[in-house]
Amino acid sequence: MLIPHPLLGPRDAQEFTYLGDASLIDRPDGMADGAEAAFCDYVYLRDNPAGVHRELWFHEFGDRSWLVVTRNTVTHEILGAELAADVARRGR
Amino acid sequence: MRFSGFRIIAEALTGQKGWRPLWRDPDPQPAYDIVIVGGGGHGLATAYYLATVFRQARIAVLEKGWLGSGNIGRNTTIIRSNYLLPGNEPFYEFSMKLWEGLEQELNFNAMVSQRGILNLCHTDAQRDAYRRRGNAMILAGADAELLGPDQVRAMYPFLNFGNARFPIKGGLLQRRAGTARHDGVAWGYARGADLRGVDLIQNCEVTGFRIEGGRVRGVETSRGYIAAGKVGVAVAGSSSRVMAQAGMRLPIESHALQAFVSEGLKRSIDGVITFGAGHFYISQSDKGGLVFGGDIDGYNSYAQRGNLPVIEDVAEGGMALMPALGRARVLRIWGGIMDMSMDGSPIIDRTSVEGLYLNAGWCYGGFKATPASGYAFAHLIATGTPHPTATAYRLDRFARGHLIDEKGAGAQPNLH
Ligand SMILES: Cc1cc2nc3c(=O)[nH]c(=O)nc-3n(C[C@H](O)[C@H](O)[C@H](O)COP(=O)(O)OP(=O)(O)OC[C@H]3O[C@@H](n4cnc5c(N)ncnc54)[C@H](O)[C@@H]3O)c2cc1C
Repeated sequence: MLIPHPLLGPRDAQEFTYLGDASLIDRPDGMADGAEAAFCDYVYLRDNPAGVHRELWFHEFGDRSWLVVTRNTVTHEILGAELAADVARRGR
Repeated sequence: MRFSGFRIIAEALTGQKGWRPLWRDPDPQPAYDIVIVGGGGHGLATAYYLATVFRQARIAVLEKGWLGSGNIGRNTTIIRSNYLLPGNEPFYEFSMKLWEGLEQELNFNAMVSQRGILNLCHTDAQRDAYRRRGNAMILAGADAELLGPDQVRAMYPFLNFGNARFPIKGGLLQRRAGTARHDGVAWGYARGADLRGVDLIQNCEVTGFRIEGGRVRGVETSRGYIAAGKVGVAVAGSSSRVMAQAGMRLPIESHALQAFVSEGLKRSIDGVITFGAGHFYISQSDKGGLVFGGDIDGYNSYAQRGNLPVIEDVAEGGMALMPALGRARVLRIWGGIMDMSMDGSPIIDRTSVEGLYLNAGWCYGGFKATPASGYAFAHLIATGTPHPTATAYRLDRFARGHLIDEKGAGAQPNLH
């Protein structure tokens, strides 16, 4: 798989490590009511879809940036990639 | 139709004309007492034990493809009970004991072969960890032996003992472990269940659940609605997809795992060997092919195939352990979809919907569990209480903090 890095162009997926669903960017507020249940969902539960999936990849053997990659889990086709920092700033 | 030596001779003398299909191919009835979703090893074993041990009737297994088209026919066939944690080891040892009597019970040749599994260690710390694991196994009634490097050399002289980075310091041997013919296991359970009146319905995909007042009433399928008193879901890599139809999110990610088989070679590897310094394991099939594998690919996938980086990684692990492997040619590579759970251990439990039961999270190691998983799931569905060896496999253990994390890797499925 080739990941279209927004700054570096196409890079071999082997240069990256995989974390998981991009919803992990949205960390719950530990002080809010119901924080315990919210953290349990955040840490353990996943949508795990068959089809389009937005996911976090870390460019460990590259520029060490975090990317949000949009990929089809049925075909392995990669539909796009953006810097996770941009996604987090924009709010999802 | 019973199988026996006499039968084989009789058929040989009469032109093999007396063999019949091993199971019927029925159309679905409008209603069943118990519907099992998924005709893999676990679903078929569940139906078998429901009909035999737990004396239930009116049972159907619904399979979206053909029986055994999932992981049960794709795995590398290793059976073992060499786990560490108390939530796991008694369950896997129960499974091992069921394997030991399986072929007699099913009257079916599943080629269960207790050829032993040897987990190699390459550091002193790893030897200590194996000593602890072996003791935990013995406490649960399993067998374990710690071997020194000379004993390993006597068994497998062709391993790379001179490897400076990964010297072989010994290994943990479970002699009762081994391999079984994976699809033979599915066929044996399918035949056994069919003989007791279970309807095995193929090409029947479950597309939804009918849930009323918090209780499951039946399943929508590609072959119409089927009413059911109880529904047990055992769909391995498809668990999240199927349970989403009941409005549930699971502590599971689906990942691809690949397997490799070489051309047929002369007998050289008697048992199963695992490399302790990387993820690589190997055995030899009765036809002579070297069967080996390694890590999952590491990203969510429903593709039933993997990519080149893991193939390279497995090949490197193999070459570090057994340089002669470089001369063998790989014939086939394939993949299956693993239901990787958040702690690397399975789930056999009720759900928040009354009458709906879940069997999932087997990761890359559910083949060895097939008999015990079927038995324990049938126990839960029939009696409403968990089997004594499966009490830790609860769905709410993640919320309660009672994880069963053999590797201590945390909620990161691709590290288990
Ligand atoms: C390459 C590889 C190597 C492995 N090696 C080992 C090993 O050496 N030892 C070991 O112990 N384990 C191993 N495993 C793991 C083991 O194969 C699995 O954990 C186990 O087979 C899963 O249980 P199952 O047999 O019920 O799954 P499956 O055979 O996958 O059964 C699930 C069934 O559900 C069906 N299904 C899915 N969705 C629906 C639906 N909506 N409606 C109806 N049916 C549906 C599928 O078609 C499938 O047939 C390996 C797996 C792979 C892929």
